[in-house]
Amino acid sequence: MANWFFSGLFSRVVTTRYPASPEIAPGTTPGRPVGQQANSELAASAAAAMCPVGAIGAHGRDTTVTLSQCVHCQACRQQPGIAWQNDYQWAAAIPPSDSHRSQPVPRAFKKSLHIRIVDGGSCDSVLNEIKQLGKPFYNMHKLGFFITPSPRHADVLMLTGPVTRHMEAALKATYDAMPHPKWVIAVGSCAISGCVFGSDLMTALHSPPIVPIDVVVPGCPPPPLAILHGLMILAGREGELPPEPAIPVVPADPELRKVTSPEMSP
Amino acid sequence: MIDSNLSATPSALPALAAALGNSVVWQAPADPLHAPIAAADNFVTIVLSCEPENLPLVVRTLTEDADFRFAAIIPCEEGSSFIVAYWFYRSAGHLRVKLRVRVDAAAPTVPSISAIAHAADWHERQAEDLFGLIFSSHPKLGDFVLHEQWREGVNPMRRQFDHAPLATDADPPMPWSPETILETPGAFVMPIGPVYSDYAESAQFFLETVGEDVVRMIPRFFYKYRAVEKLAEGQSIAQVLLKVERFSGTSAVAHAICFSQAVEQITAVDPPPRAQAIRLLLAELERIRHHLSVLSDVCHSTGMIVPSAQVDILEEQMLRLSCRIGGHRYLYGLVIPGGLRRNIEDDQLQLLADEVQRLRSQAAELFSQLQFTSSFLDRFEGVGITPLEKTKNLGLVGPVARASNLAGDLRIAMPYGYYHHIPAFPEALETEGDGYARIRVLFHEIDSSAEIIRATALSIPPGEHALTALTLAGGEALGAVEAPNGAAFHGVNLAPSGTVRRLALITPSFTNWHGFHLAAENFAFQDFPIMMATFGLSMAESDR
Ligand code: SF4
Repeated sequence: MANWFFSGLFSRVVTTRYPASPEIAPGTTPGRPVGQQANSELAASAAAAMCPVGAIGAHGRDTTVTLSQCVHCQACRQQPGIAWQNDYQWAAAIPPSDSHRSQPVPRAFKKSLHIRIVDGGSCDSVLNEIKQLGKPFYNMHKLGFFITPSPRHADVLMLTGPVTRHMEAALKATYDAMPHPKWVIAVGSCAISGCVFGSDLMTALHSPPIVPIDVVVPGCPPPPLAILHGLMILAGREGELPPEPAIPVVPADPELRKVTSPEMSP
Repeated sequence: MIDSNLSATPSALPALAAALGNSVVWQAPADPLHAPIAAADNFVTIVLSCEPENLPLVVRTLTEDADFRFAAIIPCEEGSSFIVAYWFYRSAGHLRVKLRVRVDAAAPTVPSISAIAHAADWHERQAEDLFGLIFSSHPKLGDFVLHEQWREGVNPMRRQFDHAPLATDADPPMPWSPETILETPGAFVMPIGPVYSDYAESAQFFLETVGEDVVRMIPRFFYKYRAVEKLAEGQSIAQVLLKVERFSGTSAVAHAICFSQAVEQITAVDPPPRAQAIRLLLAELERIRHHLSVLSDVCHSTGMIVPSAQVDILEEQMLRLSCRIGGHRYLYGLVIPGGLRRNIEDDQLQLLADEVQRLRSQAAELFSQLQFTSSFLDRFEGVGITPLEKTKNLGLVGPVARASNLAGDLRIAMPYGYYHHIPAFPEALETEGDGYARIRVLFHEIDSSAEIIRATALSIPPGEHALTALTLAGGEALGAVEAPNGAAFHGVNLAPSGTVRRLALITPSFTNWHGFHLAAENFAFQDFPIMMATFGLSMAESDR
């Protein structure tokens, strides 16, 4: 006879302490590339040239990374001129100056936001990462974030995927069905920039966007902690976040590149 | 480690030649009776061509007499004609058949084969929608991939298709509604989706019902159609690899391997043994994680909180392990044509072996507990049965097929890469074909994948992890890999400059959604989420 009561009781508590304190367990985040000063201009432009989606820019000896375009292909992980930072607090709010940005979340909503997810053609792994938020390790409910079964009860629309033509109408209808005030959080690089699926054919990028976006969480896919960070920012609860990046920047080591990767593009 | 003798058997060819007679022309090998076959070949690809009118006869001979399984229909536009390639495979003799049919692009009509090979049904509907090919005597063509926003007669996969003036802008969309069959008084249709109350992917289901019981389920897919195959055209291998990995992120490794395999066949290279072995470990790691994720959905669908939480913990531990081993929670960016992007050191492999063994015993413990939880079993036993005969007819693959006792795991039936070098493992077969059988298959596969990792991780051959360069070449090949959901095939056609001319993604979710209606017939409302969960399919993988 299975005794679920005891097996539940004897499982230790696994839930992360983030945002009260940084999460330092290995494997919670893939990290992200960040620009740094390269040894030479040549090294900086080499770094820019190797990114398959053009997320890396070179300005003299400095490199920059546009995270909302990065697809986490790991090609630049050991590239001189790029540092790989093992943090996860990389969500960002769209500046209030942007005309599409909604008003900040009022005080009354801060500790209880109800979320409706719209899958605009995502790859499934980003949905899986969002799913982790409701599971024991991340448990967003304790922070006051809930998934709601109806758009009528939703405060936040969580958008994933590049928004295919077939999902446009459903996305609009969902947004329209939500009562005011409402906010939108775009999760994953493809929801922000279209990423490798952005094209005029099926996933046209709209300007202005179909729904106004307030907070973006780049990454392909962003780990659960980054999405949690995005929700905290959306709720205007930056004050509760741990101040430092959890794990310091790892400088790229040119010696790690023992064998050059195969030349693939003509 | 056993050394299996898996080279192809040439003796199968004369028998096949006799069966097919002169309804086909042999292209490769040109002379089937005296075909030289290198002993090292893992499989033989036979290229045949036939006239459109002979097609049904040839397909019948292949599938019914010669025991071939249908794999794919891959049309490709060449100048003023279409080459429609029909792919079949057979475990015995390790044979693959590519049957080419040429039709004029101005009047592209071929006979439908879906009455003979039911698995071809969706392939034909898809080709009709995307290419404008007509499959004569097919019972149901039109409105499949492209929804009502598209004017009829617009075929985005045609080469001359110009997507600047959009099909949607010209005239208002035709209203669409499902075709219902119930005429009983009080019958109604309950729509579900495409936006769900939880984390489900976009798709729509119409449940035809008279009240308590659902008589029939009408699915509407392709809400997530991103036209990956079209976007790939004209792009470099590196660019296409990004898409192949990301169109279905939860099976990224399998699809990256499948695509790489096809490119390696075309460029006639073999990745170094170390790369092949590590690819196998990554694929098995992904399989374990994927199955745990499906089992988590299964437990959630019954609302059993404690077992759900226990599976969830295992799943997140596997995600973290993947990230520690491969730098990415879904193992993106590791597999590239020619090998691996970077080496995984032996101490990492040791970590992998240890952690997987730990998780394996926890999963086994969980399984034994679930087997004695009657409130759990009651929800799955006898629910959503896929009978063997129909499963076979529709050519279903993966855990869903194995739960109905239909063998065909490509790791065993058509071993590729390092699967030649690992100890033989049994295929996880069950007979009932119900929800509970599917759950058992998933648990057994978790266990066998863990065993494969245990037996392999610590004896990985040393050496390079990638070829230093890939010589570009043009050509065409079919990659075949057992993805977590079942057999995946990637048809890749490269131009001599190395850009992709045509990419065809045949995914196990596409194959198996075609058979979902077998399970979803005459059921109770509350069983629907349970059936969805035990099928464990991905919409992203199916829609592309
Ligand atoms: S990880 Fe890949 S996509 Fe992201 S910046 Fe580096 S090279 Fe570009």
